[in-house]
Amino acid sequence: MMQNEIIYMDNAATTRVDPAVVEAMLPFFTEKYAVASSQFSHSPGIEVREALDAARATIAQALGAAKPEEVIFTSGETESNNWALKGMARAFRGKKNHLIISKIESRSVLDSAQALEKEGVRVTYLDVDGEGFVNLDQLRESITDDTFLVSIQHANEEVGTIQDIDAIAAIVKERGVAFHTDASHTFTKVPLDLAETPADLVTITAHLIHGPKGIGALYVREGTPIAKWMHGGFMEFNLRGGVENVPGAVGFAKAVEMTSATQVEYISSLRDRLIDGLMARIPKTELNGPRYRRLPGNVNVSFHYAEGESTLLHLDMMGIAVVTGSACFSRSLEPSYVLMAMGKTHELAHGSIRYSLSRYNTSDEVDRVIEATAEVIETLRRISPLGKDEK
Amino acid sequence: MPIPYSEKVIEHFKNPRNVGRMEDYDAKATEGSPACGDMVTLYLKVDEETKTIKDIKFESYGCASNIATGSIITELAKGKTLDEARKISWKAAAEELGGLPAVKVHCSVLAVDTLRAAIRNYEERHGLVEDREPTTVEVVEKRLRHVMNPLTGLDIVKTHVVKKTDVNNGVVTVWVDLSRDHQFANNIEQEIRERLEPLWDVAEVRVIFNDDEEE
Repeated sequence: MMQNEIIYMDNAATTRVDPAVVEAMLPFFTEKYAVASSQFSHSPGIEVREALDAARATIAQALGAAKPEEVIFTSGETESNNWALKGMARAFRGKKNHLIISKIESRSVLDSAQALEKEGVRVTYLDVDGEGFVNLDQLRESITDDTFLVSIQHANEEVGTIQDIDAIAAIVKERGVAFHTDASHTFTKVPLDLAETPADLVTITAHLIHGPKGIGALYVREGTPIAKWMHGGFMEFNLRGGVENVPGAVGFAKAVEMTSATQVEYISSLRDRLIDGLMARIPKTELNGPRYRRLPGNVNVSFHYAEGESTLLHLDMMGIAVVTGSACFSRSLEPSYVLMAMGKTHELAHGSIRYSLSRYNTSDEVDRVIEATAEVIETLRRISPLGKDEK
Repeated sequence: MPIPYSEKVIEHFKNPRNVGRMEDYDAKATEGSPACGDMVTLYLKVDEETKTIKDIKFESYGCASNIATGSIITELAKGKTLDEARKISWKAAAEELGGLPAVKVHCSVLAVDTLRAAIRNYEERHGLVEDREPTTVEVVEKRLRHVMNPLTGLDIVKTHVVKKTDVNNGVVTVWVDLSRDHQFANNIEQEIRERLEPLWDVAEVRVIFNDDEEE
């Protein structure tokens, strides 16, 4: 394998920006740099305002939003999730005090919920099954008259599980409770039409679809009583003050325009090729997450008797970029909370490797990664004290 | 590189020395478990006359620093007497490897402990061990010197993460100067338990954090 050629399979962390996106953004740094909210003072401001409105309309359309004004630009997934939870808690303070999330939400949802807990909010953490699907009966039973928000991700970035978002939204809305979903990993990849699905708040971000970092949005359905997030001006319909990130918004919209159903099919085919290849080529391999209803680009497998950090390091030295759910690689030295919530053993979490694909990956890369992984796992199993007696 | 390992760590990780299984060993020890993510098995072949380590092999299920330390420590121990080998510290191993990242020091301690356990195993088999000593505060603190604070890579006794210890009727209590929501609270508690629970006369280990309520 060529040493200088990197095979990047960590697209669930972030993606390479499409050159067409960069090109679309460039004029907004050096030529059209006026503040969009200066539309009342000069024509450069009007020109930029129009670009911002157009970007908003493109993204609103991709979401199936009734109005472009329902799309509020933020700095990305983390901010949108913080705002959704804290903005709703604030709006209902003194009236309703119960929040429901799942145990496998992204860090920004989990940590926001925990921060709210310290402020006195009661939080229910819903269980998931062995494939990562939220327990719908438990959801139904957990909603009370005190519940102000249910927040459940559209799909999980680690194990790829796509929730039955329509069933979840129906259960929540039947009780008249607001519903938020983090769709950062599904936006433009897994169908979500807000004309059909009654979610009130939806998190999306640009950098996971070959757009720039530092721009995302929170969809806020008209009438949702969320509290203003950033104070300091009337920007973003008086919900988020601060100078608008116009280059980011333009890049985000361009990234949306560059997506297609054909790409999704292509990425899904690479995913299946990688899953099938790894499972066939390497004995004692387990797939984490569901085989179907799985994010197009997500592959997460556990190799018995081979520790994840060592696997990752060997792959890295071969020019392959992936991540592991091993405790040895985490900032808290604890194994992946997602795999733990799914009832996996510590050992399986330590041996888990996630490959996440994008439209820039090729089937040739997939084949090379299968071979490289097989080689690494064989090496590590040879020096492992585990598993030898079973052979 | 995902983790800033020294060149020597990477070299030993890629080409570990003395690796594999030994069938006709004189002593063997396993420390760690698949659940905690690191596991080392070590085999010794000892010259009965001179008490020197004639041959040594290890197997590792673990991260790079664990594999590299297993490799270097077997190199250091080969040809040494049991008494000399017992004195090889994780510090010596880490220095030999050109240093280890703070967060990874605890993995190297495991390999060193496995060597000591294998030596003890040999001595027990050959009737070279004195009587079991009762667990005291001193014994507890000596054991806790093998628990590393992943932030600093230094042991939790020396760095005063352990505020106080107490031994009473088989119940060991350790007061830790950290809050429950500290990044490494769970990890440190688990390591403390792994160190103290196997002691022969310890029935219970309590780990108390700053914000825990004491009865």
